[in-house]
Amino acid sequence: MRYRDPWYDALASGWGEGDGAGVPAATVPAARREGRPGRSAGAAADVYLEVQRSAAFQEVRSRYRRFVVPVVAVFLAWYVAYVVAATAAPGFMARPVAGAVNVAMVAGLGQFLSTFLLAWAYARHARLRRDRAALELRWDTQELTRGVRGGVL
Amino acid sequence: MTVDHQTLALVLFSAFVAVTLGITTWVSRHRHGSAEEFYAGGRLFSPMENGFAIAGDYMSAASFLGIGGLIALFGYDGVLYAVGFLVAWLVVLFLVAELVRNCGRFTLADVVAARMSERPVRIAAGVSSVTVSVLYLVAQMVGAGSLVGLLLGRTGTGAQIWTVIGVGALMVIYVSLGGMRATTWIQIVKAVLLLGGAVVLTVLVLVRFHGDLDRLLLGAAARSGHGDAFLAPGLKYGGNWTARLDFISLGLALVLGTAGLPHILSRFYTVPTARAARRSVIWSIGLIGGFYLMTIVLGFGAAAIVGPEAVRRSNAAGNTAVPLLALDLGGGADSTGGTVLFAVVAAVAFATILAVVAGITLASSASVAHDLYASLRRPGGRQRSEVAVARVAAVGVGVVAIALGLLTRDLNVAFLVGLAFAVAASANLPVLMYSLFWRGFTTRGAVWAVYGGLVPALVLVLLSPVVSGSPESLFPGLDFQYFPLQNPGIVSVPLGFLAGWLGTVTSAELPDEAKHAETEVRSLTGAGAV
Repeated sequence: MRYRDPWYDALASGWGEGDGAGVPAATVPAARREGRPGRSAGAAADVYLEVQRSAAFQEVRSRYRRFVVPVVAVFLAWYVAYVVAATAAPGFMARPVAGAVNVAMVAGLGQFLSTFLLAWAYARHARLRRDRAALELRWDTQELTRGVRGGVL
Repeated sequence: MTVDHQTLALVLFSAFVAVTLGITTWVSRHRHGSAEEFYAGGRLFSPMENGFAIAGDYMSAASFLGIGGLIALFGYDGVLYAVGFLVAWLVVLFLVAELVRNCGRFTLADVVAARMSERPVRIAAGVSSVTVSVLYLVAQMVGAGSLVGLLLGRTGTGAQIWTVIGVGALMVIYVSLGGMRATTWIQIVKAVLLLGGAVVLTVLVLVRFHGDLDRLLLGAAARSGHGDAFLAPGLKYGGNWTARLDFISLGLALVLGTAGLPHILSRFYTVPTARAARRSVIWSIGLIGGFYLMTIVLGFGAAAIVGPEAVRRSNAAGNTAVPLLALDLGGGADSTGGTVLFAVVAAVAFATILAVVAGITLASSASVAHDLYASLRRPGGRQRSEVAVARVAAVGVGVVAIALGLLTRDLNVAFLVGLAFAVAASANLPVLMYSLFWRGFTTRGAVWAVYGGLVPALVLVLLSPVVSGSPESLFPGLDFQYFPLQNPGIVSVPLGFLAGWLGTVTSAELPDEAKHAETEVRSLTGAGAV
């Protein structure tokens, strides 16, 4: 069913898979389930608030936003400029560049190229700057919620 | 066109149907009947498999035949479509794929409902997802109906009706018996076939022009009768300002709509982690981008080799340009090579439609069972398993799509696809963005964002020249046209965002800090993801 795929995520692929049909995977010591459901739900919510306020999470979030916000702004602006130029300034787009190739062709291929480059840059940024920290946070958060909820995720 | 290549096309297509039915039975032999299995295929696909499946889900016959034909007839204006369809994937990659994979289980509504009062939000998101899916489905069914006439020479209404019914029946069988696992494998097979066919044709075109793209472009421009204007924008969308604004509206809908298509979102749940979801999107951007680059070569190749007048004689909308090109590249109508290539392209086009409709049917049956049925059933009513409901819903969606497909079989396919993208961008994208990124978003904001995008998009289409007031309308005899544009995106997308904001600032409910923290932490780290 699965290929030997160099892209396959060996590191994280085991996460969250065991409980196929939504049945809790881990069996839990009964003693740790003493808390009333209401209280433990509230406590689990506190875990997320606590993680959200932690410096580690804020760092991951700001790394994500510092990359994504400017890049989204740039490529949307570049795409809208392309569409508007194609509809409003066809004369400019028809200006020849080299041989049969005109400004419109260069701009269209530029859109393809920028899409490939930005996708590559995003994947690289996420892999090098976010993945490890996010995985550690995921582990910590799940440990905390597991502790609060008495083992049932 | 002789009978020979039509018979061969039918044989090849029957072989594809047999293979896909084989996959479906083989897969359903192993099924456990759990929701995880039915909606998400067990979540164990690799990024590469999912990347191919996403590409197979996304590259519809509208893009293969439609864009190729548009370029063959109108030159550069067809390229604009290809660019919009590709750039849209950056929105998906940056803002949607990983976060949705981390927060949701099966549908768009899962992501939104996690933060809100569940029932109204789930119903709203379910209604809009089903609407988008049915519109997209109808577009593909109409495409299938007209394709059979074009490629097999059966132009009668009877053949069209039976094709639509046959496609509908097949997709219901794939989905209700095989679920996500069968659908995914069908999409992978189709993506490989489609890309393989495109590579062969592209290589043949390039060989014909000795690898000289300049000569290809000049040949296309000379043959088109428009000269250099053929290589610049404006032949199709360069008319009055209404037409130009209409195109900008379409461009907006294309680039923002992909991230709101339910059948695309549901694909991210078939991989184990957000990292895998990201890698699937990278794969699919590579595959889809390569495919559209080849489509551009094929379009200009058809203009240069077949010529626009021959294309137009076969089909006024240009949908047969690529099959005609294949016939010519293989050596002409009487040669074996031409016959085989034409048949292969025709069969690949059918396979494309089948794989796409299966994906959409699955996504809409998930919305019906997981969102609508789960929220609307009477508390004391008989309990049915959600998967059983989803299987029945697939049949229901299939019947509705067949009926609508037959009713609207004269509408333009590209228009219907553009409309589905516009509704997805207006109704699904705002609520998704607000739930993921806005701390203060509330239940009322979510409900308003969905209906505030969905209702204007649909109403504007009803009031547009598509439905009434022009000779090409659905009801040419009536005139209640008050909105000049065919595509509502430029108005309805901002309205969706505005309605979400307005609903939030006017609601008395205080946003739940803890729920927002949970969504944010889960979306960026994957904690607690299934």
